[in-house]
Amino acid sequence: MSKPWVSIRRLREFGMLGMNCRNVDFINRYNQRKYFPLVDNKLKTKLLAQEHAVPTPGLKFVVREQHEIRKIERQLADLDSFALKPAKGSGGKGILVVTGRQGDHFVRSSGALIEITDIRRHMSNILAGLYSLAGSADVAIVEDLIAFDDCFTGYSYEGVPDIRIIVFRGYPVMAMLRLATAASDGKANLHQGAVGVGLALDSGRCLKAVQFGRPIKLHPDTGRPLSDIRISGWREILLLASQCYDMTSLGYIGTDIVLDKFAGPQLLELNARPGLAIQITNGRGLLPRLRHIEHMAVNRRFRAEQRVEYSMRQFAQDQSPAQNVDAR
Amino acid sequence: MRHLSAGTPFLPGQEKSVWLVEARVDFDVTEGPVSASLGLPDAHPPGFELFEEQAASPGYGFTVLGKGDNRRAEWTKREAEGQQSLYYSAQLVESDSDGASASIVVFPPKEYNNYWEDAQELAAQEVLGLAREKSSSPLSLTRELIKLLNSPSSQNAGLLRSDTLGQAELLIHFLHRADIPARYVMGLYLEDARRRQLLTPMVEIYTKQEWLLVNPKTGDVGVPPNLLLWHRGGVSVLDVSGGKNSRVHFSMIRQTVPAAQLAQVTKSDSVFSRLGVQRLPIEEQSMFKLLLLLPLGAAVVVFMRVIIGLKTSGTFMPVLIALAFLQTSLVEGLISFVLVVAAGLALRGYLSRLNLLLVSRIAALIVLVIFMISAFSIIGYQLGYSAGMTITFFPMIIIAWTIERMSILWEEDGPSEVMSQGGGSLLVAVIAYLLMQMPLFVHLTFNFPELNLVLLASILAMGQYTGYKLSELWRFRAMDDF
Repeated sequence: MSKPWVSIRRLREFGMLGMNCRNVDFINRYNQRKYFPLVDNKLKTKLLAQEHAVPTPGLKFVVREQHEIRKIERQLADLDSFALKPAKGSGGKGILVVTGRQGDHFVRSSGALIEITDIRRHMSNILAGLYSLAGSADVAIVEDLIAFDDCFTGYSYEGVPDIRIIVFRGYPVMAMLRLATAASDGKANLHQGAVGVGLALDSGRCLKAVQFGRPIKLHPDTGRPLSDIRISGWREILLLASQCYDMTSLGYIGTDIVLDKFAGPQLLELNARPGLAIQITNGRGLLPRLRHIEHMAVNRRFRAEQRVEYSMRQFAQDQSPAQNVDAR
Repeated sequence: MRHLSAGTPFLPGQEKSVWLVEARVDFDVTEGPVSASLGLPDAHPPGFELFEEQAASPGYGFTVLGKGDNRRAEWTKREAEGQQSLYYSAQLVESDSDGASASIVVFPPKEYNNYWEDAQELAAQEVLGLAREKSSSPLSLTRELIKLLNSPSSQNAGLLRSDTLGQAELLIHFLHRADIPARYVMGLYLEDARRRQLLTPMVEIYTKQEWLLVNPKTGDVGVPPNLLLWHRGGVSVLDVSGGKNSRVHFSMIRQTVPAAQLAQVTKSDSVFSRLGVQRLPIEEQSMFKLLLLLPLGAAVVVFMRVIIGLKTSGTFMPVLIALAFLQTSLVEGLISFVLVVAAGLALRGYLSRLNLLLVSRIAALIVLVIFMISAFSIIGYQLGYSAGMTITFFPMIIIAWTIERMSILWEEDGPSEVMSQGGGSLLVAVIAYLLMQMPLFVHLTFNFPELNLVLLASILAMGQYTGYKLSELWRFRAMDDF
């Protein structure tokens, strides 16, 4: 067990991006306020993605008004599995996943059985703004459930593993895989106990794995070695992430991508204030890479393919941290 | 600036001494109408500041005439009999101003009638001659004269001294003879709790564009700190018409008065005090006292969140809680706050089962919180704890929202997150409270509202801080293992 804190000097060496620096130097500078609703509202993100031919889980229907909730049964009738989400929810809050049916009951991803009234109440809470920022009124989205890819079997407890990629001015700069655990209650949030796996930007293979801010080797629930992870179709995933920049015009975003067994990578949601924990899972700071992109003479006509190509070459993980510091 | 020109003290509880000087004029009436006139000190005598004066004399008309060095009090009465006592009292504050050059009206040297006899005239000329030889300036001449007049061995001085003139008057004669402007000044030595004091004659000479005070006995130059120049006018101190045996004597005491209070009374016409909060009615003042403390609380929140990285529930909720603590006192406030929020969380558990819309749920919570608070107050009062009553100072709506947010947090992130955010909020609130209740800060923010601009500057500076938060040193601790 090492000491419970790390020196500022060491953080600088790693080029760790702090919360204040992220807010002042990147979010305030590169994310224009007017584009925020595009990512804060999942419905808008989804519609925008469809417009730009970016694959996302299929939208079944939207519940906008309280009175629509009464006739919800008819709309759910032909859906065996679905995900119910608040459009303005943050941090995975308020997401209800139904994986199947048993008679009149719905089966949640946890295996628990719930009734239609529970779904109604959940929808009513969503509409009242219980899960939205500042409690403003919201709408409920019902969408296709992801059939998650076999390559993650044994790596996730209940929830869907998702890939978070930080995209700065269209260039993917860092990536991680988030695996739900029993401790995180099936959610893919790192601060709730999900496992974060840093992914090499050139190949999509595992770099390091972290749970609760501490390095681990095996998945805590299934015991599978995390270092074996290697994401297939990596270039395609990065391409999807990079396209989100053209779609939203936001300079600094976190893209959450899931792999569907049948449909391939899907954009789940975007985040204009992506967290910092990704740095721990990668064992290096974001700052050198962000500064590198920032100081680069950006050719706006670069297409997503070229940007991905550049990132994969430039940020290949075999560089040592020391070299990264020089890149600043 | 405010400190210098309005005299508002920098530190709370600072005290200044105030001299209460009372002049008592006694005389026997010979025939009416009676009028008595007493020379008064200027409003800014050197080393002092006059801030209040009054006269107490039954049956007499009283006015203050003249300005500056010529101020005189005048008592008048048509008919009077027997011994009369008239009182004039003044309150003076010790101040740093020398007042000497500022308030001086330049007097042309007066030609004094010379009523010395021949022998005296001769002696005077000899003394003056001796003094002139040994001196180079009006000041040194004055000193030499005093030295000669004081020397016991000198025959000439002895001859002159035996005259009815006092030492001071004698000196003025000499000075006028030497063409040095000089005047007669009555000073009062201030000593605490003295009665029946008399004025001490002093001499002022005019040199280098200002009047200099000279003690005719010792030759010391300058105004001693405990000497109040009572009368500088040149005319007599006390004039009584229609009376005899007139005399004036003084009694004085020294009081200490809180400097802040004094500043309000003495300098009420300065620009700063016009712009100060003290000009408002007392009721609004006490509100402003709280309001002007808010920036301090806000700065604490910014510091704790930006530099330390503490999580709080609701951005400025801690400041409002701290304000409530100011009214309740810390321990009672903490206990009642935790009680109300805990009871609210329990009630909220019931409300969530009713499947209510958010707005009505919070409204219901507000009603319940008010009921709870009333219940706590009543029960507390019946049990004899008046502390229960102070609960009402908490902002209800903030409490209702806090309960709602805590309850959601509890459901989604578990009790540990509730504890960490709730504890963080309370910690920030307690720190803000501890700062806001310090007499020094209360005093500074209230009396120097412009100091809040310094806080504003520090808040702006912290808003640009892009370094690491203290909590991030812990959060990124795993980096040490790589």
